[in-house]
Amino acid sequence: MAQLTVLNPTGYPPKVTAKPMAPRVNTLDGKRVALVDCRFDDSDIFLKEMQGWFEQNLPNVKSEFIQIRNVYTKDDPETWQEIQKGFDAAIIGVGH
Amino acid sequence: MTIDHKYQVPTVAVHTDIFERVTRSVARVNGMPKMRQAYVPQPVMGKSPAELRAYIEGNDMVSGRPFMQEVIDGLTTPLDSEGAQGISFDRSTPRLVEPDTEDNLHQLFLDRHWTDTLPIVLPTEARVEAMLRGTSHKPDEVVGHMRPTGFREFWEFTVEKVAVNAVMAGCKPEYLPILLALASTGASARASTTSSAAAMAVVNGPIRHELKMNSGIGAMGPYNHANATIGRAWGLLSQNLQGGSEPGLSYLGSQGNNYAYTSITYAENEERSPWEPLHVQHGFKAEESAVSPFGGCRSTAFTLGIHEKYWQEHVRNLLRGMDPHNSPCYVLDPITARQFVDRGIKTKEALIDWTYENARMPAGEYWSYQLIQNYVYPRATYGEEPYASLLKAKPDELIPMYTRDEIQVVVVGGETNGYWRIMGGGHRGTTSVDKWR
Repeated sequence: MAQLTVLNPTGYPPKVTAKPMAPRVNTLDGKRVALVDCRFDDSDIFLKEMQGWFEQNLPNVKSEFIQIRNVYTKDDPETWQEIQKGFDAAIIGVGH
Repeated sequence: MTIDHKYQVPTVAVHTDIFERVTRSVARVNGMPKMRQAYVPQPVMGKSPAELRAYIEGNDMVSGRPFMQEVIDGLTTPLDSEGAQGISFDRSTPRLVEPDTEDNLHQLFLDRHWTDTLPIVLPTEARVEAMLRGTSHKPDEVVGHMRPTGFREFWEFTVEKVAVNAVMAGCKPEYLPILLALASTGASARASTTSSAAAMAVVNGPIRHELKMNSGIGAMGPYNHANATIGRAWGLLSQNLQGGSEPGLSYLGSQGNNYAYTSITYAENEERSPWEPLHVQHGFKAEESAVSPFGGCRSTAFTLGIHEKYWQEHVRNLLRGMDPHNSPCYVLDPITARQFVDRGIKTKEALIDWTYENARMPAGEYWSYQLIQNYVYPRATYGEEPYASLLKAKPDELIPMYTRDEIQVVVVGGETNGYWRIMGGGHRGTTSVDKWR
């Protein structure tokens, strides 16, 4: 059968640039962990329950509930700096 | 990703399991393929604290390991070299597809999610070349950038790429300037939102007649070649030029949306409207041609006519049926537009003002809407007006559902009766078609 040549309909993706991750902590014992609420649906309830789990199961972990300052679609450097200065690790959620 | 990479704080991101593919894909194309992620069941919304505690005490939905162990390991297990360094790579898009038979190419386009699954016209070089005669712009000129959602990366595209998708949708070359104008706005007709939003495009000015677009009987239905194929092409070019619209990966609309097949594309009935055209409201001259994309189209409320005695109650009822986070766009048959005039609404602006004053609900009710909680409440607590002031209202105080600039009015229809509707949909701007001729 005859063959056709057709054009590819897809656009041009950007080059992927490596983003190094932060080194992990050795242990959470005695560390401050930010529970970061992205303020989407009922994430706050979920993270407060997670805080309760830490208090009950790993009381040496200092978990603290914080909320981003604006909508999750906006960058929030104030909150990221607050986490950088005050915490050893972060758990952010809930993406759904 | 930002906290982990830019601020160098070890982080675990928690998602519901249905988003596993998309979250891993986003991490990879952002150069962070080993981003630590943990997964709970879907949904979180509406679950009680006890139910959410059970998620936390249960297993990770992807790995099957205890969820909190997954989280703790994500913060404490040392990174491998790919995690520590990230990855860089190029993704090329070849201009041509490998030659094949017509049947095989149709199957290939389906398999790669390059279509809306309805039959397409294969974009041969000859057809694309013919399509490109619809514009004076060069094929390699960059038209713009698009992405399916705010957390995805922008893809770039040229005039030729828009023409390829126009061919696939069955467009004529003379339709191309409208498509280039739509594409140049970056407004996607294939938003990946879980809310299953579709898009709408309103065409104004002389090009409506040049292309024989329909603004009369059945304008919003499948009865006009230009209306149908321009709208379809906007959808196809969106999914292909933004980096895909594949269910579960780059499209997350839970229910989907039939409007998305042709993106509700029509011409405004300027000749039968008592009011100024949409593009004139937004700064264009009547003799100029322009197109206005709308996004977030999901809901429709309708009724017949504008009753002499109770019209305000009827319209308020329609508006109260809308989600307050979904901007209202009146889509009025000319009969109805003239009835509004008879009731004292002399201009589109007057209808916008009336709507602002009358689309109201108790503050407590307003702030409890889930989408308002997600997208407006954080802006209010951040201090953005008018939301910050509205947040001070008492729960039973009536507050506006919309700001004035969220409300739009379009006149379309063939006057077979005075049916009209309110589309939920946000105006994404009005842009020149003439500059793309």
